[in-house]
Amino acid sequence: MDVLVLLDHHPAREGSAPRSTAAELLTLARELAGDPGAVHAAWVGDDGHGAAAELAAAHGADHLHLVHVEGADDRLTASVTDALRAVLAAHPAPLVLLASTFEGKEAAARLAVQERGGVVTDATTVEVADGRVVAGKAVLAGSWATRCAVTGELAVVTVKPHALRAAPVARPSQPQRHEHRVEASAAARAVTVVSRAPRPTSDRPSLAEAEVVVVGGRGTNGDFAPLEELADVLGGAVGATRVATDEGWIGHEAQVGQTGVTISPRLYVGAGVSGAVHHRGGMDASVTVVAVNEDADAPIFEFADYGVVGDLTEVVPALSAELRRRRSS
Amino acid sequence: MRVVVCVKHVPDIQSARSFRPDGLLARGGEDDTLNELDEDALEAGLRLVEAHPPAGGAPPHDVTVLTVGPAAAVDALRRGLAMGATTAVHVADEAVAGSDALATARVLAAAVRHLHAQEPVDVVVAGMAGLDGLTSLVPAALAAELDWPQLTLVDRVDVADGPDGRTVSVRRETSADVEELTAPAPVVLSVTDQAFRARFPAFKGILAARKAPVTVLDLAALGVDGASVGLDGSTTRVLEAAPRPQRPGRVVVTDTADTDAVVRDLADYLAAKGFA
Ligand SMILES: Cc1cc2nc3c(=O)[nH]c(=O)nc-3n(C[C@H](O)[C@H](O)[C@H](O)COP(=O)(O)OP(=O)(O)OC[C@H]3O[C@@H](n4cnc5c(N)ncnc54)[C@H](O)[C@@H]3O)c2cc1C
Ligand SMILES: Nc1ncnc2c1ncn2[C@@H]1O[C@H](COP(=O)(O)O)[C@@H](O)[C@H]1O
Repeated sequence: MDVLVLLDHHPAREGSAPRSTAAELLTLARELAGDPGAVHAAWVGDDGHGAAAELAAAHGADHLHLVHVEGADDRLTASVTDALRAVLAAHPAPLVLLASTFEGKEAAARLAVQERGGVVTDATTVEVADGRVVAGKAVLAGSWATRCAVTGELAVVTVKPHALRAAPVARPSQPQRHEHRVEASAAARAVTVVSRAPRPTSDRPSLAEAEVVVVGGRGTNGDFAPLEELADVLGGAVGATRVATDEGWIGHEAQVGQTGVTISPRLYVGAGVSGAVHHRGGMDASVTVVAVNEDADAPIFEFADYGVVGDLTEVVPALSAELRRRRSS
Repeated sequence: MRVVVCVKHVPDIQSARSFRPDGLLARGGEDDTLNELDEDALEAGLRLVEAHPPAGGAPPHDVTVLTVGPAAAVDALRRGLAMGATTAVHVADEAVAGSDALATARVLAAAVRHLHAQEPVDVVVAGMAGLDGLTSLVPAALAAELDWPQLTLVDRVDVADGPDGRTVSVRRETSADVEELTAPAPVVLSVTDQAFRARFPAFKGILAARKAPVTVLDLAALGVDGASVGLDGSTTRVLEAAPRPQRPGRVVVTDTADTDAVVRDLADYLAAKGFA
């Protein structure tokens, strides 16, 4: 089966750089495509082509499609969808994989509407059963597990970060390079980008992609320093509950939950977080959940792998110190 | 100006939610409510018209709340009316039951086209997600169905009239950037839960909403073929749904006096998982 992957990327000083999910999707596509199925990788935009080629080769893609969008801003969801449609028109594939970000879901929705396909979002598994694409996902704030089949002509699946580990192929492939020029659709052309400014970035990994996320809630009482220290020891990102972002203790972009960033890191550490259902829905796919909360009845202990009932102002700094001590010995 | 706000009636997220044996979400419980995030969408719509009082002699603005759903979904419309919506439209039809996000967007698009033909719509506003399926697919799918520009996940919105017609401008934050975008009306918007903290309906509004008329439309009125929506018209199907088991081997320790010992155990645990 042929599989098309959208290579998600973000602007960087040295040209656009792929997000870590792109490698994961290529790995998944390679698995699903099998032999003789082909993996098609699509990169929308005019820079970062070197990084795209390297990534595609390292993960065994057979084709790399570099798409230039004419007549509209190429970062708009509508433009990205126009680009994917052009690639599909030239190289039909029954399955398209995208990263499960808000932008990825929107592109998936548009593509499926226009190509009469079906979409499953937030998948953590994707398989082919009886000739149909079947995706597994957790729903209802992580309390139910479902398997959904796509019955449309085209399956569009958005996959959560860390659903699988990216694995470079033993011998890099030599993807065939295709350049596409696409006329943007009227809906894309109609939108004018009046201004665009990069959001301030930190030196920590991005929340959605980080392998480790340390989250602070109301229990931090506004002091995120111990959490930042722990995140740095673990090489992770810092997140927050909505209470913490509403209080202005940390920027809104740090909000983890149903209406913030959905995360699925290998390790989630929640400190002073109660584990409210709105929050849980955005983090329950985390592989390992550790909680520090002074209230033994906090709901987070119902779904934490390892819970410490205690005061975070003592436990968190002590943990950072202990981890540091082990490193240096 | 005419604003249409898409509102959904969903199971209360604090209640014990479940799937039926046929793979559909159990709906119609007593605790079902207006999706909280759609209150923010309505708030955005109300603020938009309030910011631009009609000029003398011009007709009053209209804010229509629109829902696609079973009979009980009328509650979501009444809540919207109580908050200040002027018109309520309910698309109810047996054939809609079991529609997935894209099939729902198809019905919503037909309803918006129907309303637009009666009196032009400038802005359609949706919430950032339905707190039931949490797909966030409908706003973009609706924009694609209508072939109207989409301005999604905005935290600021305004309209301005110019020589070339009405323009909608928004501010939004993507994962990488802060953007200001404009597009000519009509457009489809979705709003985040950040900027439009919804008002509480006044008592007077709640009373009036009980008696306010609600227009009920079926698929035939919208020219939608029943086979193109519902379970059969959907392009996804839930094969299995089961409560997730609790995480196995959970550990809870209490830090009473010896924090160092607690932390050493936790560090051992993290090391065993490959994190230390
Ligand atoms: C429409 C809507 C959308 C929402 N979306 C989100 C979302 O995306 N993300 C999100 O997070 N929330 C969201 N919320 C809010 C959510 O419902 C909860 O209110 C929020 O998650 C609670 O945050 P919290 O855990 O920080 O605070 P609380 O629930 O107040 O919990 C604080 C915890 O800290 C503990 N604590 C206090 N002091 C200490 C200490 N010294 N040491 C250890 N523990 C301590 C307390 O025991 C308590 O359990 C949303 C709400 C609505 C209505
Ligand atoms: N059945 C429906 N009726 C009206 N609006 C809906 C319906 N389903 C979804 N919406 C709108 O689409 C938004 C996103 O929902 P979803 O894509 O289901 O997460 C919601 O916040 C609503 O504004």
